Amino acid sequence: MNVIRKEMIAMLLAGGQGSRLGVLTSKVAKPAVAFGGKYRIIDFPLSNCINSGVDTVGVLTQYQPLRLNTHIGIGIPWDLDRNIGGVTVLPPYEKSTNSEWYTGTANAIYQNIEYMETYNPEYVLILSGDHIYKMDYEIMLECHKANNADVTIAVMPVPIEEASRFGIVITDDNGRITEFEEKPLVPRSNLASMGIYIFSWKVLKEALVKLSDQSECDFGKHVIPHVFEHGGRIFAYEYSGYWKDVGTLSSYWEANMELIDIIPVFNLYEEFWRIYTKSDIIPPQYISQNSKIERSIIGEGAEIYGEVFNSVISSGVTIGEGTTVRDSIIMKDTVIEAGCTMNKAIIAENVRIGANVRLGVGEYAQSKLDQKIYNSDLVVIGEFSTIPNDVDIGKNTAISGETFASDYPGGLLAGGEYIIKAGELQ
Amino acid sequence: MRAIGIILAGGNNKRMRELSNKRAISAMPIAGSYRSIDFSISNMSNSHIQTVAVFTQFNSRSLNEHLSSSKWWDFGRKQGGLFVFTPTLTSENNNWYRGTADAIYQNLKFLKSSHEPYVVIASGDGVYKLDFNKVLEYHIEKKADITVVCKDMPADEDYSRFGVIRQDIDGRIIDFEEKPINANSNTVSCGIYIMRRRLLIELIERCANEDRHDFVNDVLIRYKNLKRIYGYKIKTYWNNIASVESYYKTNMEFLKPEIRNHFFKEYPDIYSKVDDLPPAKYNPGARVHNSLVASGSIINGVVENSILFKKTYIGNNCVIKNSIILNDVYIGDNTVIENSIVESRDTIKANSNYVGTQDNIKIVIEKNERYTL
Repeated sequence: MNVIRKEMIAMLLAGGQGSRLGVLTSKVAKPAVAFGGKYRIIDFPLSNCINSGVDTVGVLTQYQPLRLNTHIGIGIPWDLDRNIGGVTVLPPYEKSTNSEWYTGTANAIYQNIEYMETYNPEYVLILSGDHIYKMDYEIMLECHKANNADVTIAVMPVPIEEASRFGIVITDDNGRITEFEEKPLVPRSNLASMGIYIFSWKVLKEALVKLSDQSECDFGKHVIPHVFEHGGRIFAYEYSGYWKDVGTLSSYWEANMELIDIIPVFNLYEEFWRIYTKSDIIPPQYISQNSKIERSIIGEGAEIYGEVFNSVISSGVTIGEGTTVRDSIIMKDTVIEAGCTMNKAIIAENVRIGANVRLGVGEYAQSKLDQKIYNSDLVVIGEFSTIPNDVDIGKNTAISGETFASDYPGGLLAGGEYIIKAGELQ
Repeated sequence: MRAIGIILAGGNNKRMRELSNKRAISAMPIAGSYRSIDFSISNMSNSHIQTVAVFTQFNSRSLNEHLSSSKWWDFGRKQGGLFVFTPTLTSENNNWYRGTADAIYQNLKFLKSSHEPYVVIASGDGVYKLDFNKVLEYHIEKKADITVVCKDMPADEDYSRFGVIRQDIDGRIIDFEEKPINANSNTVSCGIYIMRRRLLIELIERCANEDRHDFVNDVLIRYKNLKRIYGYKIKTYWNNIASVESYYKTNMEFLKPEIRNHFFKEYPDIYSKVDDLPPAKYNPGARVHNSLVASGSIINGVVENSILFKKTYIGNNCVIKNSIILNDVYIGDNTVIENSIVESRDTIKANSNYVGTQDNIKIVIEKNERYTL
């Protein structure tokens, strides 16, 4: 009998909302949020998988999966359309007893034990869909094998003063983890966990089954400690390349802006280790006679009639004549009419901004919506929003939905204010 | 649509000068992101033709590379598909394609084993958008034997590179002259034909028996009084790119908003192979005006009225004007290029100077090694 046998399969956790991205994720899961002018965040782990030779990937979805599902399809852009393996989207499903949503990261994996068993893997790679990085998982696997490890956790050295924001691991001379500290006040090491794990399948399965009654079963909180307590061999794999968590509006904005450096640290222009994505816009971009563009990246099919500085402009965007865009991120198919000025804005997909709109005016003010999410100068506009002509919008604001002149008293949305339409409140 | 498609992509000619040294004309890059053959293939796909055969023989590697997967044009189905037919040695045949009719004859089995009643034949060097269903409707309405798609061209066109036709009031073609020195009409054949599959088989077999090999001379012109051959006029944009002048002009026309909208924005789309390149990057010093820029490009200099194809690199202080820079070209610092076409994958040394004129477009080929600079 032919038994399917894959040495390592990947399970990609893509079900989270990513609520700290505010209106950007009110209708899409965080992994499906656009990044870098043509990509979506999930393209990075998916491309890493295929570039590392991992051709079997289960993508666990739960929160607002439509955009994610249409993006992934059968995996053609990543060469993950395979006869055996390939990409499989795994949503929660009803069972004869005990049907439930995915209640935690490890619970989601537990509910898909059957999927993993189909492939008889020796190792399972656990990934999350919200990091920007290029990493060869094969090297990590070699490390795992060489250490004869049960679990290998990818870790990254961070500046010691920032270490208290992360889950920190403490290792012995061989790289074996001897202690975990979650967001320690006084960190004893600067190795932060990146949320990327390789498990030996037997160890993972055993732990998941043992912990099956654990509510909100989570890798960091339950599975890793369980293996640790039972004397499992847990090793750190130190990674020193570019890695960015884009979980907050500021870090999302910064990671985008880093792409426009003359020689970016995270270089998308290298032949080696390409990042793949579903490209549905093919034409070149058009730059008009009167436009001016510097220090920016611009996606396919965009039409630029205005001025663009220090910005990331996605495919299919139109920027009208006399409009100036600075330090901003504009996502796919958004149209910005003539005569606008925008500073530090993140504008999601399919937004329409009327003529002579000014974004990012005035002074910073504390957010009246949610200070945990909105705490910078950024103007954030959710997908399919519309902004009427001739309005001014202050700093640290959020807009979602179709808005009209009447929503802007005196033609102004002051700093820290928000307009959330159609019950899309977070 | 109840038709199969044939795309004639075999040819080469001297009018392309050095540009066709390394590729078939049908593989010529167009408008930043496409290749010439994308237009005919996409039109067929968008007209719901399920089975398309591309006949190619000259420098066919370039074309094979582009057509290596048919999924970009939505072919690659169990029913139908996209096929590339190059000449093969068989027990009956040891010739290259000796002409368009011969190319069809050598692949007659493909026609005979199909079951669709109609055949659409198109060339791979036309830039256009056309719903072949409309042509078929016209064909049926006129009770035509063969319908030729044609286009009224402006007076200053070089007619000696076209088949020139005259129609009667009903649209029937009464005169067809191949590449005339003096044209007696401004209507030219677009090299797109529709007819019954059985009729095509019959005509091609007769041609072969008489040792005739050219579809235009030996079928259209020879049978024009015998068969009802009609002309369907395409009203929207059409041009043929098979000379350096028309290639340059056709590309530059994409800088006009109406042409760009027609091809880039109006339904249906033209498809092409996806190259997975990052967005274009504008560094300090970039000044781009009235130009098309394809993905993967990095710009550090001045670009005006030009078309940058995929993955071009423009160095510091460069000035590129009225030029076409083909795929994967590296242009070193302080280089001036005007009224030129730079051949793909080339590396232009720093401080170079290439200036052509609008009447005599320069073709730039340096063939430097990229990494020894």
